[in-house]
Amino acid sequence: MSESLLALYVFVLACFIGYYVIWGVTPSLHTPLVALTNAISGIVVVGALLVAGSEQAGIGAELIGFFAVLLASINVFGGFLVTHRMLSMFKKKPR
Amino acid sequence: MEFSVNTQAVAYLVSAILFILALKGLTHPASARRGNLYGMLGMVIAVAATLLGHEVRSYGFIIAGVAGGAVVGTILALRIQMTAMPQLVAALHSFVGLAAVLVAIGTFINTADPGAVMMGELSAGVIIGAITCTGSVIAFGKLQGLLSGAPVKFTGQHLLNAVIGLVTIGLGVHFAMTGAVWALAIMTLLAFVIGVTLIIPIGGADMPVVISMLNSYSGWAAAATGFTLHNNLLIIVGALVGFSGAILSYIMCRAMNRSIINVVFGGFGSGDDASPSAGAQAAQQGVKSSSVEDAVYWMEDANKVIIIPGYGMAVAQAQHSVKELMELLEARGVEVKFAIHPVAGRMPGHMNVLLAEADIPYDRVLEMDEINPEFPGADVALVVGANDVVNPAAKEDKSSPIYGMPILEAGKARQVFFLKRSMRPGYSGVDNLLFYRDNTSLVFGDAKDTIEGMVSVLKGSAH
Repeated sequence: MSESLLALYVFVLACFIGYYVIWGVTPSLHTPLVALTNAISGIVVVGALLVAGSEQAGIGAELIGFFAVLLASINVFGGFLVTHRMLSMFKKKPR
Repeated sequence: MEFSVNTQAVAYLVSAILFILALKGLTHPASARRGNLYGMLGMVIAVAATLLGHEVRSYGFIIAGVAGGAVVGTILALRIQMTAMPQLVAALHSFVGLAAVLVAIGTFINTADPGAVMMGELSAGVIIGAITCTGSVIAFGKLQGLLSGAPVKFTGQHLLNAVIGLVTIGLGVHFAMTGAVWALAIMTLLAFVIGVTLIIPIGGADMPVVISMLNSYSGWAAAATGFTLHNNLLIIVGALVGFSGAILSYIMCRAMNRSIINVVFGGFGSGDDASPSAGAQAAQQGVKSSSVEDAVYWMEDANKVIIIPGYGMAVAQAQHSVKELMELLEARGVEVKFAIHPVAGRMPGHMNVLLAEADIPYDRVLEMDEINPEFPGADVALVVGANDVVNPAAKEDKSSPIYGMPILEAGKARQVFFLKRSMRPGYSGVDNLLFYRDNTSLVFGDAKDTIEGMVSVLKGSAH
C-alpha cells in the first residue's frame, strides 16, 4: 500500500470518528465548538514548523514559514483561550 | 534529546486522541472545560514532538512566530466581546486558511523533487486554504459591518464562479503534472478570488451557515496539508474539524428548512429595507401595542414566562438587563425559561453564549424541541429581538418563503409580548403573522431600553 493510500485510510476513518463525536455535542455549546475546532485546526502549525525549521529552507521559505507559524499560533492561543473564557461562563443554577 | 520518527508518531497519536476527547468533552457543559484542557495538552504534545524531531533544525523564526502569535492571540481572546464572537471566529478561520496556503507553498520550495502526487495534494491545500482565507475575510467584513450584509448578485454570477473554479482546478492538475510555477501562482490567485465570489452572494442573516461552512473548509485545508506532508495527525484533526463544520452547516440549514445549495447560491435576505407590502400595511392597523407597564403587569402575576432571544438582543447588548428581569421575576415566584432557535444570532449557539455571559444558568436555557411543548402552559412569551423564528407563517401559510421552517411556538402562550423597534419584517422580508394574533401585543422601542424599563417598574412596585 502506498503512503498516500495509507493516508486516505486514516482520513476516512477519522471522518467517521468526527461524524459520531460531533453529533454528540450539545447545541448549547455550538459556539464553543466552533472556537475549539478553530483552535485545534491551528494544528497546521506543525506544518508551519517543518517549513520554517527545515534544513533546506532558504530565507524565502523561512519567512513564509515564519508567517505561517505566526498565523497558526494566533489560532492556537486565541482559539483555546476564548473557548476557555466562554466555557467558564456556562454555570448551573447556584443554590 | 531528539525524537526518532517512531517516537514522534506515537506522540502524534496521543495528541490525536486528546483532540478527539476535547471535542467529546463538549457533550455537556460540565465536562467541556476539561475537554478544552485536553485540547491544549494535545497541541503542546504535537508541537513539542515536531520540534524535537529530526526535521526541525533552526529555531529563530519559529520562536519569533510563536511568540508573536501568542501575544496577538491572547489579546484577541481576552478583549473580544461575546457579541462579536462571530467576527473573531471568521478572522481566525482566515488565518488558518492563509497558514495552510503558506505551508503548502513553503513545502514546495523546500522539497527538492516533489512528485506529481505531492504536487496534486499541495494544490488541493492551496485551493481550499485560499478559499477559506478570503471567504472568511468577506464574512468578517459583513459581520463587522465593514461590508453591506446584503447579498451581492449579478447575472451570470454562478456561471462565472463555475468557470473560475474549473480553470483553477485545471491549473492545479497542470501544476501537478509539470511542476510549472506559473500555474501554481495563477491557481493560488484565482482560489483567493473564488473565496470572495463564493461568499458575497450570501446575505448577512445566513451567517450561521457561512461560519459553519468556513469552519468546515478550514478543517479540509488542514487535512490537505496533512496529505502533502504525509502527517497523519494533520489528516485526523482536519477530518474532525471538517466534519464538525459540515454537521453544523447541516443543522443550521435544517433549522431553516433550506438546502445548503439554496443558501450558498443566495436568494434569501435581500437585506434592503423594502417597505412592507400593501397587505401588510393594511394589516398593520390590526396590531395591538402595549406599554412597558402592561407587559410587567402580565409577567409579575404569571406562573411561567418564556423569553425568546434573537439577534436583536445581541445588537442591543440587552443580555445583562434580561438577566436582571429574570431575577426580579423569579423573586416573585415566576418560573422563567429561555427558548433558543438553532439559527438565532449570527453563529451556531450564539444566544447560549450571550446568556451564559450574563450569568443566566444554562439549565434555564432550552433548545427548540425541548421548549416547544411548554409554550401552551406558559402565561407569557417575551420575544426579545427575534422575529422569523416565531412566525406562524412557517406552519400555516403554504405560499410563504419560510413555509416548513421549524419555529418556536410562542403564539401558543396565553399572551405574547413582542419587543420591536419598528414594524419592519425580519430578515426574510416575510411579514410576521404573530403580530396580528389576538393574544399578541407589541412593545415598541430599543430592546435594552424596554427591558430596563421593565426592570425599573418591577423594582418600583412592592410585592
